[in-house]
Amino acid sequence: MAVTTDWQKSAYIAGQAADARVNVELETEGMTLNLGPQHPATHGTLRIVVRLDGEQVVWAEPICGYMHRGYEKLCEVRTYPQVTTLINRIDWLGHFANEVPFILAAEQLMGIEAPPRAQWIRTIFFEMARIANVSLFLGDMGIQLGAITPVFYAFRDREYVLNLMEAATGGRFHPNFDRLGGLKEDLPRGWVDECHGVMARVISFCQEMEDLLMGNEIFQTRTRGIGVIPAAVGLEYGLSGANIRASGVDWDLRRDEDSPLAWKHCDWKVWTHPDGDSYARYWVRLQETREAAKIITQLLDGLPSGSIQAKVPRIIKVPAGEAWCHTENPLGEMGYYVVSKGGRGPFRVKIRSASFNNISIVPWLLRGVYVPDVITILASLYFILGDIDR
Amino acid sequence: MPLMLGVDFGAYWATTLLKVVVVLGLIPAGAIILGYVFLLKMMSHMQSRLGPMEAGPHGSLQLVADGLKFIQKEDIFPERSDRFVFAAAPIVVLMSTFLLYIVIPAGPRLIIEDLDTGIFFALAVSSLSVLGILMAGWASANKYSLIGALRAAGQLIAYELPLVLAVVGVVIQAGTMSLQGIVMAQADGEIFGVGLIGNPFIFTQFIGFALFLIAAQAELTQAPFDMPVAESELVAGYMTEYTGFRFLFFFMGEFGTAFAFSAIGATLFLGGWYVPGVEGTLADVLGPLVLGAKIMLVAFFIFWFRFSYPRLREDQLQAFAWKLLIPLSLLNIAATGVLKVVF
Repeated sequence: MAVTTDWQKSAYIAGQAADARVNVELETEGMTLNLGPQHPATHGTLRIVVRLDGEQVVWAEPICGYMHRGYEKLCEVRTYPQVTTLINRIDWLGHFANEVPFILAAEQLMGIEAPPRAQWIRTIFFEMARIANVSLFLGDMGIQLGAITPVFYAFRDREYVLNLMEAATGGRFHPNFDRLGGLKEDLPRGWVDECHGVMARVISFCQEMEDLLMGNEIFQTRTRGIGVIPAAVGLEYGLSGANIRASGVDWDLRRDEDSPLAWKHCDWKVWTHPDGDSYARYWVRLQETREAAKIITQLLDGLPSGSIQAKVPRIIKVPAGEAWCHTENPLGEMGYYVVSKGGRGPFRVKIRSASFNNISIVPWLLRGVYVPDVITILASLYFILGDIDR
Repeated sequence: MPLMLGVDFGAYWATTLLKVVVVLGLIPAGAIILGYVFLLKMMSHMQSRLGPMEAGPHGSLQLVADGLKFIQKEDIFPERSDRFVFAAAPIVVLMSTFLLYIVIPAGPRLIIEDLDTGIFFALAVSSLSVLGILMAGWASANKYSLIGALRAAGQLIAYELPLVLAVVGVVIQAGTMSLQGIVMAQADGEIFGVGLIGNPFIFTQFIGFALFLIAAQAELTQAPFDMPVAESELVAGYMTEYTGFRFLFFFMGEFGTAFAFSAIGATLFLGGWYVPGVEGTLADVLGPLVLGAKIMLVAFFIFWFRFSYPRLREDQLQAFAWKLLIPLSLLNIAATGVLKVVF
């Protein structure tokens, strides 16, 4: 084995140690297994090197970067309106939610604020992106554990949400709808009524998942007590979103951060779970999907009238300065640190995506677990490859 | 016809050939029926989709088309595989399926070979497939295959025991191990003195039936016991490196065995081919149809569980077998034995 990098070196040493601790009498030896880059459980190209002693993991190391697309650099050679097209593709399931923090940061630099109607519609789409993203997790967790049916229910009901997105924005996956100082267009006629129906459907889908999957005995034995993250460890590793809320940390940027978006006008709840295991992460995400549907229903009822676009110049130049804006995205905290030198495009953009930090805990979490639990834990941490590699 | 030592060898070989052809036809037929009705259609409708609709009426020829496609594919051997063992493994798996069909009766005379130890033979040959799976996993030179094969070996050996013990209750009650004899014992039985429909053993051996279904599920490596092929962990387990017609053999083995196990379940617990009041040639005509309907009923349960449940973990699976199923089946045997002596 050619030892070239630090992690390879530590992996090699750990491998030797693993061989030393397996049964000397039976002359067994450890086995290194590459989960990925092409593996059904990694939904993309994440590679996880695991050292196995039988079915038990001795150590594990995630290796990301197989899908690195250089977004931070690409942002520097684009104008502000062009950047939103790009960052849609970071977390491709929570499409619209990626645009919002960047636009907010740029608006902060320009000193403008979108009119209330635009902010409310932004919040609606933000929460719809959450439903589109997390509902897939709710089904996908089943297929990772071997239950084939739930994922089809998830796709079925997610379709209605995507259809609504398409009706309003023209894009199912990449809406590219957010503009500096407002939105591209207003909602089409009849959209609000249809959205009410779809939200009722989403809530019934959550109930279905609770009955079909979460109440299942086998699901519970497979997830309860598996991959427990204590709150302190989770915070050290920089976990965010449902992963840290499932460890009992009551922290949600939608509520805790003062944002121009419309969450403060709604009556909703941040759910936490004290256990910190895979089951808790599933449970918290299920409740969040429900809350998202409730938030959207409330926003639809109180949607203000008025313009959807603040006054901005035709050619947008952002004054020099620095701004940081982060929001509670479907996968966790996502933020953009935008540095402007007064040009038509950003000088530097630092993207803080949730999944990259969320999988940093994988080596700590996978030590000593069994191979099937590796899949449970990875599925319950819920990452999107585009969100890891950017 | 040449007569040797007073035996008509020509007729013997002709009948044997006919029997072999019948079984060789039954395996793909059973696999296609189960595959189409349950894997393609029932699963699709459970999951609010249509499934294949284009090949043949309502997509009924889809599996035939798939089979033809598999035969055309290149026969790939991994570079570091053990070529002979790799090639032989699917045949060993299919052989165990083949031998299962020999003892299943479909009518008073429709049975390939009415062995006195029928059910014992069936359960014994069903575990031959472990050998094929281990061969496949070892010869593939693939880590996923190896893990899958070892999981399969551990699982199939553990669940052999509850399967056999679940059947012992029936054998005690029927007083014979011949499957034909078990069918007749159910046909001659009476429910509280009423002998209208005989006495299918499901009424007395309901615990045995439940145990049989669970253990058969594990023997067939279907969810919730599908760890050997767990596609989200092991890609496809011991089948990972197989392509073309060798993969087709595994597929046929899996669904052919499911068909055979459903038939054994129907024979042991649901009365088999027996139709009340019908005898002779008519029974030979109606028998296969009745048995077929019962097979579909048992298979429906097997596949219903398969499409609904998540899978267990390896240690939970072993704990389930040794701590729950085996004690329960022993209790069932004890209760059956006592009741057999009392009544």
